[in-house]
Amino acid sequence: MRKKEMIAMLLAGGQGSRLGVLTRKVAKPAVAYGGRYRIIDFPLSNCINSGVDTVGVLTQYQPLRLNQHIGIGIPWDLDKKNGGVTILAPHVKVGDSGEWFNGTANAIYQNIDFIDNNDPEYVVILSGDHIYKMDYSEMLKFHKEKGAAATIAVMEVPMDEASRFGIMNTEEGDKIYEFEEKPANPKSNLASMGIYIFTWDRLREALIEDNSIHPDSDFGKHIIPKMLEEGQPMYAWRFQGYWKDVGTIQSYWESNMDLIRTLPEFDLYEDFWKIYTNSDHQPPQYTAADAKVEESLLSDGCEVYGEVYSSILGPGVIVEKGAVVKDSIIMAGTVIGEGSLVDKCVIDEKCKIGKNVQMGVGEDVPNELKPAIYNTGITVMGMNSIVPDGVVMGKNCVISGATVAADYPDGKLASGKSVIREV
Amino acid sequence: MKAIGIILAGGNNDGRLGALTDHRAAAALPIGSCYRAIDFTLSNMSSSGIGKVAVLTQFNSRSLRDHLMSSKWWDFGRKQGGLFVFTPYTSKEGSTWFRGTADSIYQNMTFLKRSNEEYVVITSGDSIYKMDYKKVIKEHVAKGADITVVYQNMAGKDLSKFGVMEVAEDGRLMGFEEKPAQPKSENASLGIYVISRTLLINLLEQAIPEGKYDLVKDIIIRFIPTLKIYGYEYNGYWNSVGAGTAAYFAANMDFLNKEVRDHFVSEYPYIATKPKDEPPAKFNRGADVKDTITGSGSIFDGKVEHCVVFRKVRVGVGAVVKNSILMEGVQIGEGCVVENAILDKDVVLSAGQKVIGASVEEPAVLKKGTVL
Repeated sequence: MRKKEMIAMLLAGGQGSRLGVLTRKVAKPAVAYGGRYRIIDFPLSNCINSGVDTVGVLTQYQPLRLNQHIGIGIPWDLDKKNGGVTILAPHVKVGDSGEWFNGTANAIYQNIDFIDNNDPEYVVILSGDHIYKMDYSEMLKFHKEKGAAATIAVMEVPMDEASRFGIMNTEEGDKIYEFEEKPANPKSNLASMGIYIFTWDRLREALIEDNSIHPDSDFGKHIIPKMLEEGQPMYAWRFQGYWKDVGTIQSYWESNMDLIRTLPEFDLYEDFWKIYTNSDHQPPQYTAADAKVEESLLSDGCEVYGEVYSSILGPGVIVEKGAVVKDSIIMAGTVIGEGSLVDKCVIDEKCKIGKNVQMGVGEDVPNELKPAIYNTGITVMGMNSIVPDGVVMGKNCVISGATVAADYPDGKLASGKSVIREV
Repeated sequence: MKAIGIILAGGNNDGRLGALTDHRAAAALPIGSCYRAIDFTLSNMSSSGIGKVAVLTQFNSRSLRDHLMSSKWWDFGRKQGGLFVFTPYTSKEGSTWFRGTADSIYQNMTFLKRSNEEYVVITSGDSIYKMDYKKVIKEHVAKGADITVVYQNMAGKDLSKFGVMEVAEDGRLMGFEEKPAQPKSENASLGIYVISRTLLINLLEQAIPEGKYDLVKDIIIRFIPTLKIYGYEYNGYWNSVGAGTAAYFAANMDFLNKEVRDHFVSEYPYIATKPKDEPPAKFNRGADVKDTITGSGSIFDGKVEHCVVFRKVRVGVGAVVKNSILMEGVQIGEGCVVENAILDKDVVLSAGQKVIGASVEEPAVLKKGTVL
């Protein structure tokens, strides 16, 4: 096997529980974004566009959709004879040992054999949580110039927001002397983006040593502080450009909405640095004679007979006659029935909204079951859900499963209420 | 019941499509916002379980070859079988262009001889339809036919553009006339044939040395009296983009019809094409797009009505586009007016331009790369 200079390890095993019902059936990296994409398309496309052609994808939580999506990597040109994409799942080891991935670094520790097989000089650690375009080869160049053991990609964030991030405190030349997780009084505004390049033999050593101390070994909590303490050369690489965490319902919604502006901050329409995705066929989208579509994205196979404003529609979405969709994200295969109104909702794949339904109307009351997750006025529907005809639904509601008329006394669901039917 | 496929994609259809086929084979004509004509036949082959297919090209095959280069989108990226693209070549014996459809197959005889599948399905590359060739082969076998020719009843259409077939009650082909002035029936050949591989080899080895190069004239028509040739009636949607500019225009506009779209787009098996990885179509504030299909990657600011828009098209603020086809990469500047027109790939209209064709039968055609 030809030696690889750098391979990527993509951490895609997390649930992303702050995305609520959107991650009930799929891991967070498999959640749809921007109409036809899934979140993981961004790091995967960044890899191939950066010349990184060997990627290990670590899965754990609900991996089925992710496995189907990645397949053998054809859409990203990652179907390679030497390298390409490999799905790495937790597995049983000799003597019935083996365990779940118990932390970000622990997951890499458990796959040391995979990395050793590829015999790289460097390893870039990525997560499937962010929307961005980045050239990892530029970061590697910096890493090599500095002779670093680790390089951490950072963004300059507004100082008053710095206490929400992992902050890198640096000296001359962006050499890191201290890492603080969510500091109350931040000394710098360089926020870690969760993207690390390590010189492999240094990381390998650190993983093995730390594993005997922390069975839940984590990059932010254990590996980076440990390497800093040992005085290893670690540098911050400043990234400039669009980078959004899509970890909460609100940030997920906002980041999608960033795409619909006339001149979007994040441009998917340039030929340079394309984002690739897996779609089985790409039929045209149709807007009917009495349709109205403004400030919106329509993915392949959409059919719009009603009105769509400031929204993002995934592949094969149908908006029937007289229906109005605004400020919403509608994922693949969902049908919005005749005369219905969908206002500021996130509706997952293959849902059916009946006729003359109203969603997202009324006062803005946080969700009663999970106020920490649903509290910004967005009503959310999980995959394969059904809403019967004529229902009037408020804000911050959560629907999951095939609901029926009996679930809605007087045909109503007040703001902040949920209907969860196990499926 | 294993078969191989041969797609005749050589021609530019005698220039009947004018500027549209100046630089591309008819089989490479873009259709329905995101397809090329040959996608339909290739997808039919693939979904009919035909895993080994030859595409015979000749005229300006660059765009066609580019499209077919990675055959995996139609599931032809295989170790066994797959897609073979043949062009005329030079050898010790000299070089010859394909002198006719039969000759083009004859010149690639090795493909036939090295296969061991029992049947050959021969089709053209510029027809728009969804067909299960398995059913045709099944009937071919059941009838004990030597050759089966697929036809459609085209009552009410201009039959003088087709091969017209007289078919007996039991399906036996009794007569076949190419482009007759006075057609004797309403049954038009769709240019889809099933024949046993060994019989095809024998017939070609007889015909070509005699200087007979045409599949219809020199094989089908010649052998009507002596071989068992049957017709197979197909009633589904069928159209050809190759008949002329008006036919091309109409075939595209058919996709604005929901039934046609559902047939090809929503009902399995799907029509596959080479993916271009474009983002979703974008409709900006002020856009007004009605009764229109559009490909991914296009951005609309202006007004578009009753159009077929391909990928990566830009329609600027205040522009009005009606009854037109805008191919990939077309850019319509602010305030332009476009009506009854076909704008080939990468046409750029600067602000305020007007392009108005006489009618949908005689649309204005702007050649690929035209800048106004």
